Amino acid sequence: MKKRPVATIIAISVGVIVLLGTFIPIPLFATVRLELVQWAMILAGVAVLVGIGNLFSVHFQKIRRREKGSVYSVTLLVAMLATLFVGVMVGPSHAWMQGAVEAIIIPVEASLMALLAVTLVYASIRLLRRRAGLMSVIFLGTAALILLASVSLPLIGEIPFLSDWIRPWLMFGPAAGGARGLLLGVALGALLTGLRALFAFDRPYGGK
Amino acid sequence: MTVLLALALTLVAALLLLVLTFIKRKSPAVFREIAALTRLKRAAGLAVEDGTRLHVSLGRGGLVTPRGAASLSALALLRQIGEQTSISDRPPVATSGDPVLAALSQDTLQAAYQSAGVEEFFEPASGRLGGMTPFSYAASAMMVTRQEQVSTDVLMGDFGPEIGLLTEASERENANLIAAAHDPAAQSILFASTNEPLVGEELFAIPAYIGHDPAQRASLQVQDVLRWLLILALLVAAGLKMMGVP
Repeated sequence: MKKRPVATIIAISVGVIVLLGTFIPIPLFATVRLELVQWAMILAGVAVLVGIGNLFSVHFQKIRRREKGSVYSVTLLVAMLATLFVGVMVGPSHAWMQGAVEAIIIPVEASLMALLAVTLVYASIRLLRRRAGLMSVIFLGTAALILLASVSLPLIGEIPFLSDWIRPWLMFGPAAGGARGLLLGVALGALLTGLRALFAFDRPYGGK
Repeated sequence: MTVLLALALTLVAALLLLVLTFIKRKSPAVFREIAALTRLKRAAGLAVEDGTRLHVSLGRGGLVTPRGAASLSALALLRQIGEQTSISDRPPVATSGDPVLAALSQDTLQAAYQSAGVEEFFEPASGRLGGMTPFSYAASAMMVTRQEQVSTDVLMGDFGPEIGLLTEASERENANLIAAAHDPAAQSILFASTNEPLVGEELFAIPAYIGHDPAQRASLQVQDVLRWLLILALLVAAGLKMMGVP
């Protein structure tokens, strides 16, 4: 099993420098930290190209093996190559490229968002069958109250009691408190996960 | 003052993590049972026996963003799942919505195969970039669930509301679903759409439950200690405020 000591040393050193740059107000640390973060951004940009290569390779193999649903892979590769060709020829700010974003990507994402809304309504309806209990009733009741308080109903319009009193109380009281509790727990988990990577207990860069 | 508090918290956490990782205890730490994670352990074993596939969706949290910790935790789980299921006829597949995460998922899976002694079976295509936007990523991950004989879907990392589409696709394929997300909006969707939702910091507890790594278990214990300290600090602060101390 390869140990990859160089990768480990680089990862730990960079992690320590960035952490010191965050906590200790010495200009040298701050400058080095900023430089390292910029390198990370550049590497992330290069990773986009590698990722696109990976996407191409996965779908090309699907087509070559004539796997189930490979017609979607053909569509993806043709669209990808056509967009790449046009983008390189005319530049990303050209009307054709803007048109591709506005006429294809945004409507497709919007339709998936609409599908998600339907999916969530369906999931909420099934919640009581899935897990009948007090928490489920509170969840559904709260969701229904917030919905009623947020929309303008036909003929009635907004319900003042709900929109002026109940919704602000729910959102800035129990919901905000609960969300902060969740975020505190998540922050502690994030801190420990970072420390594990810093001490090389976790090595997402492989080896061990 | 805030920076000093943060530094103190980090130092205490680091010290506790090191001590609890290397200390030899007579009785190992016992964690409460989480039904979803017991099911995940069983599902990993069954996937090898049945020759079906595990699909790990790592989300779209870039490592150079504040959401990167969720992705790191998901990679730790991927490593463990990779080690346990790499000998399956259908090895695990990891999809991500961030190119750096996709590259790291390949590296992590390769390390897992090496660790299991079957590096020759590793396929780079098992760590994939799904898409660069939330919904294109969701669409791609849904296709993996639908087309690649997936028996268990693990959704873990940084997701937004699009996680609702992934849970729906998983349910349609009758796949086991274990899901945990970093974002509170995604967590509320998981509450409505999964049988055993994992909430809050349980996302970061998953690797400790699935594997036997002492650092993971120590990390979970440190989280518990810090949580109690935080609760105590909040209560003291509330009490002081009630007494009129500024």
